Amino acid sequence: MTIGIVVFPGSNCDRDVYWATEGCLGMPSRFLWHESTDLSDLEAIVLPGGFSYGDYLRCGAIARFAPVLSSLIEFVNGGGKVLGICNGFQILTELGILPGALTRNNNLHFICDTVPLIVSSKRTEWFKSFEFGERILLPIAHGEGRFQCDPDVLKRLQDDDSIAIRYNENPNGSIFDVAGITNKKGNVLGMMPHPERACDNKIGGVDGKLILQSLLSK
Amino acid sequence: MSKFRARILVSLRPSVLDPAGEATKTAANQLGIKGLSKLRIGKSIDIDIDALNEEEAKKQIELLSDRLLANPVIEDWSMELLQVV
Repeated sequence: MTIGIVVFPGSNCDRDVYWATEGCLGMPSRFLWHESTDLSDLEAIVLPGGFSYGDYLRCGAIARFAPVLSSLIEFVNGGGKVLGICNGFQILTELGILPGALTRNNNLHFICDTVPLIVSSKRTEWFKSFEFGERILLPIAHGEGRFQCDPDVLKRLQDDDSIAIRYNENPNGSIFDVAGITNKKGNVLGMMPHPERACDNKIGGVDGKLILQSLLSK
Repeated sequence: MSKFRARILVSLRPSVLDPAGEATKTAANQLGIKGLSKLRIGKSIDIDIDALNEEEAKKQIELLSDRLLANPVIEDWSMELLQVV
């Protein structure tokens, strides 16, 4: 089975994801143009980071209408694994597959850094290689990563154990230090940090590799 | 068919922090503007739309605003609608 990496006009982490999944992890991967709708050979789909459709209107707002994403909803309902990284996370919230929204960082800066995160749920397969409460290091690179939702939604996320990772030192003002969440079923993960940029010790760590590994079941 | 002209205003919901508005407010204070207690930034979208009547035009604009122009999780919107003669 194969991992599909969606390419929107303006995606810029699609090749990094391919490098990580196919190159570092040896998992069969292919690019998936935003106009394609046939996902039948895929076990998992990654929505990579970047600036899809220039991020016009709001991040992810226009990407939401791409043909590939109508098929993605069926794919998710069928239990397929979907990982949205950065802009991919923004798209998943715009689509309503994940709750909340990603808004402008509270300090208005585009933050490019490597930050400590805490694994805050072991409910899903995504973080099965880590311990609960484990501190991991991943790069972040975003201007609009402040996770925002109303108190009821936050409570539901907590009750469902859907808050997957949290910032150790909140860089952007996200509510409850949220850096990544899963859907209730657990097959969808959206996260602002970039696991694909942490797959080789030479470039600053391999914590991302352990997350990407869970895209394909063994 | 009649032609309608609308302006849709999209603003962040009051409970959502507007860092760009806060930064602009700080600059306004530095400019010496007195008495400014609130400054929040939104978007204005101008559209022309053909529809059978005002009700139909409103329906289309509501769909457009709810589903695309604004994200109801963080934003509110309002519209001004004019018939173009």
